Amino acid sequence: MMAIVVLAMINQRNLFAVVVLGGIYSFLMATVLVALDAVDVAMTEASVGAGISTVLLLGALYLTRGEEAKHAPRRLIPLVVSIAVGLALVYGSLGLPAFSDPKAPIHTHVVPRYLNDTLKETGVPNAVTSVLASYRGYDTLGETTVVFTAGAGVIALLRRRRRVREEDDK
Amino acid sequence: MRRDIVLRVIAKLLIPFMLLFALYVQFHGDLGPGGGFQAGVIIAASIIFYTIIFGLPEARRLLPEWIVETMVASGVLIYAGVGVLGILLGGNYLDYFVLDHDPVHGQHRGIFWIEVGVAVTVSGVMLKIFYMFAGRRRDEDNG
Amino acid sequence: MSLASHYSYWVTIFLMIAGLYIVIARGNLVKKLIGLGIFQTSVYLLYIAPGKLIGGTAPIVAEGFRTYSNPLPHVLILTAIVVGVATLALGLAIVVRIREAYGTIEEDEILAQDRREEEQV
Repeated sequence: MMAIVVLAMINQRNLFAVVVLGGIYSFLMATVLVALDAVDVAMTEASVGAGISTVLLLGALYLTRGEEAKHAPRRLIPLVVSIAVGLALVYGSLGLPAFSDPKAPIHTHVVPRYLNDTLKETGVPNAVTSVLASYRGYDTLGETTVVFTAGAGVIALLRRRRRVREEDDK
Repeated sequence: MRRDIVLRVIAKLLIPFMLLFALYVQFHGDLGPGGGFQAGVIIAASIIFYTIIFGLPEARRLLPEWIVETMVASGVLIYAGVGVLGILLGGNYLDYFVLDHDPVHGQHRGIFWIEVGVAVTVSGVMLKIFYMFAGRRRDEDNG
Repeated sequence: MSLASHYSYWVTIFLMIAGLYIVIARGNLVKKLIGLGIFQTSVYLLYIAPGKLIGGTAPIVAEGFRTYSNPLPHVLILTAIVVGVATLALGLAIVVRIREAYGTIEEDEILAQDRREEEQV
């Protein structure tokens, strides 16, 4: 189903429809994530992808008044390049471990320690929160700083210069 | 949309529950899915909902710009402050063990405060970005 | 190596090349940003799908459960989602400014205006 939504998004030219389809896509992605047992990630993806992203895109569309222009003559090269990259990736993925293989490297390195010791060392049953906030807390500090920087960047880009206008009026 | 009575009533009923849910998600991040990011986004979404129904000037009266800008910065400061507190109390940076008499309780306190910091920053940034997008008029020649 | 064991990778790759195609082949800047978003969500799948163990459960330690799915990719992707929306917000702010400066958000028209200015200078 996600493939159908994505293909519709590619070919739609009305940008408002594309944004709404993007919201649907985010919700479908959140459902898939729940099926993959990633509940924290699903909650974040649903709220961020289908909520905030849609609101910001609609705000930007209102400010830029979007209809996509008529298609330039269809060049074949982007399609060929994309498919070539896709085939190369499929070839590469054949070497990856099979789905749900308990002996895959990501399950055996440091994760058993996190899962076994999270109650003992941190007292927090949610392993994702304890890894995020305690075992890998420094990375979360970096991420919070990234969010702050994005906010500061948007303020810097979209702030209105009232002082310049007052000088013009004089 | 201010005059559409159905939307106004529903908004007034739903927004307190949304904020309550955000607080629930924030504090139950330890026991179930949730935590700072999700709570911050839900808080921002509920205020954005209020802004869409009641208009930007009303929202600006409720949460003036300077409060939102302070939220953006103070969340990061709270987070970094917990780290510095770890140093002041004798451990390493962002060390939770020294925050309380018992290492496990120290972990609880540390995790609680940094989740608060994360939620404040995330909700502040999302809200501020929305205010900037919504407050800008179309096709105006700005600097 | 059967079809079912690598199916998740192929879904990821399909979404990835769909996002890539939108970014390269469409000229509207907002649509390019949406394509970038699709690309990012495919990367989330790429990380989380290998973390799932069939028969496991969400990585919240509780009584009565033995196997848990891997929490480490969840942490990385949580960060990635929030960084992704930050990038989207900054990108949209730049698009709004471009629109005010050039009057359009189609890539071809912007490049044409730039070339015209260069020729005049």
